[in-house]
Amino acid sequence: MGRVALREGRGTVAIVGAAESDRVGKLPDKSALMLHAEGARNALDDAGLSVKDVDAVLATGRRAANEVPEYLGIRPRYIDNTSMGGCSFIAHLQHAMAVINAGIAEVVLITHGESGRSRVGMDPYVPARQSPMGQFEMPFGVGGPATRYTFAATRHMHEYGTTKDQMAEVAVATRKWASLNPRAAQRDAITIEDVKASRLIAWPFNLLDCCLVTDGGGGLVVTSSERARDLKRKPVYVLGTGEATHHNLISQMPRFHVWDAAVQAGKSAWEMSGASHTDIDLAMFYDAFTIVPILALEALGFCGPGEGGAFVEGQRTAPGGDFPMNTNGGGLSYTHSGMYGMFMLVEAVKQLRGECGERQVTGAATAICHGTGGMLSASATAILSTER
Amino acid sequence: MSDSYRGPLPKPTPETAPYWEALRRHELRVQRCDDCGEAFFYPRNVCPACLSDRLTWVPASGRGRLHSFTIVHAGIATPPLPLPYVVAIVELDEGPRLMSNLVGVDPDPEALSCDMPVEIEFADVTDEVTLPRFRPVGEC
Ligand SMILES: [Zn+2]
Repeated sequence: MGRVALREGRGTVAIVGAAESDRVGKLPDKSALMLHAEGARNALDDAGLSVKDVDAVLATGRRAANEVPEYLGIRPRYIDNTSMGGCSFIAHLQHAMAVINAGIAEVVLITHGESGRSRVGMDPYVPARQSPMGQFEMPFGVGGPATRYTFAATRHMHEYGTTKDQMAEVAVATRKWASLNPRAAQRDAITIEDVKASRLIAWPFNLLDCCLVTDGGGGLVVTSSERARDLKRKPVYVLGTGEATHHNLISQMPRFHVWDAAVQAGKSAWEMSGASHTDIDLAMFYDAFTIVPILALEALGFCGPGEGGAFVEGQRTAPGGDFPMNTNGGGLSYTHSGMYGMFMLVEAVKQLRGECGERQVTGAATAICHGTGGMLSASATAILSTER
Repeated sequence: MSDSYRGPLPKPTPETAPYWEALRRHELRVQRCDDCGEAFFYPRNVCPACLSDRLTWVPASGRGRLHSFTIVHAGIATPPLPLPYVVAIVELDEGPRLMSNLVGVDPDPEALSCDMPVEIEFADVTDEVTLPRFRPVGEC
């Protein structure tokens, strides 16, 4: 690969607006595009900017490149329809940085809207029988992500002795954060035993190892750090970004017990940011399934290979623990529209601005967001901070 | 032949048709790159290690190891086997991995372990389609 000077991107752009749709959860009265629009409008209001200021629209999903700008009445000069799955919005931050620094656009709007549960205005999701997935995976009875992320968990358990109790720790800790979030779908306390006693979906995943399926949307406004100084919100600077894709089919994952795509994305973000692990006050790690944050902790170097299970023991990631993680209640207990990455970024921004009320991480100044896309296929990482 | 198969069926494409045609004859084949020697799956018109298009179909032994697995209990609209069933990632002795089902074994984590040896079983699910399934070696 070519040589790049990642450090030059550090702190050059900032998130100046971040918001979710008016409501999240079960919203049969909202189409996916309505949720995009709510996210866009609320994020622009948050930034104190008008739709007329927007010159780039970044959205994800089939047809989103044309459909979202049309719906919002924007004629952007830069369009990005990156569809690598739930982490696309984190990758969008890197793309926003690139186009802003190249002088192609100044005010970038990133939107998300998905009727994942109510399926209003959504395309059906069935892989074509002629696609690689249709030919080489579907005939063996795999369904959605819940049956496919299992392969990483099973091999991780085999290689390292990771246990279902350790995976359940993630669900229990995340639920504690959700109990502090009035918008969360699931707020009642649960125990490790509750997780293991919940219905089996696809061993080793029980129901409470799996994220929710909800409706929701959100938006982010990104601009140059220079312009950000004149706007109404305290800027949240993008210190480092990274993205990677290593496979599409889970059966093509190079190593099931090591999330190599996350290692690659994380390495870029650490290198660009110049930050170190001890700088991180808050982690938003995509929790599609309880194994995923464990894989991320290892891939991003918060612990050694195989140590992720032990890392989350003793409710270390819960409120009051020394490693605050998924403070909105996560995809496991807060909300998960399908492509959840937007909600991680909004939470990180609100934490860094000190707007999180009862669940506020005291003095949070630097956050890391890391997401999965597809079937552990893609990864994207962003390191955000109140200081450049 | 099973008249009752209601599970999902693949539809071959030009580069994958030789694979599916071989399965109908109860032969498992993979591709090998004439330039770099990489054996790979799934079928492509270029080598995923070096992008060469000088590729040769080679017979696979049908033996390998259970690299990873899941036991599916719920959530599948048209299951290929009665629930619960095992979906396997099999690592062939020739190197490549593929997804399959593990049959001839209890769908119970106690009965399964990563790296256990497995061998192919050809499942003629329709007149046109044979699926590769695997079973533990030494059991039937
Ligand atoms: Zn080759």
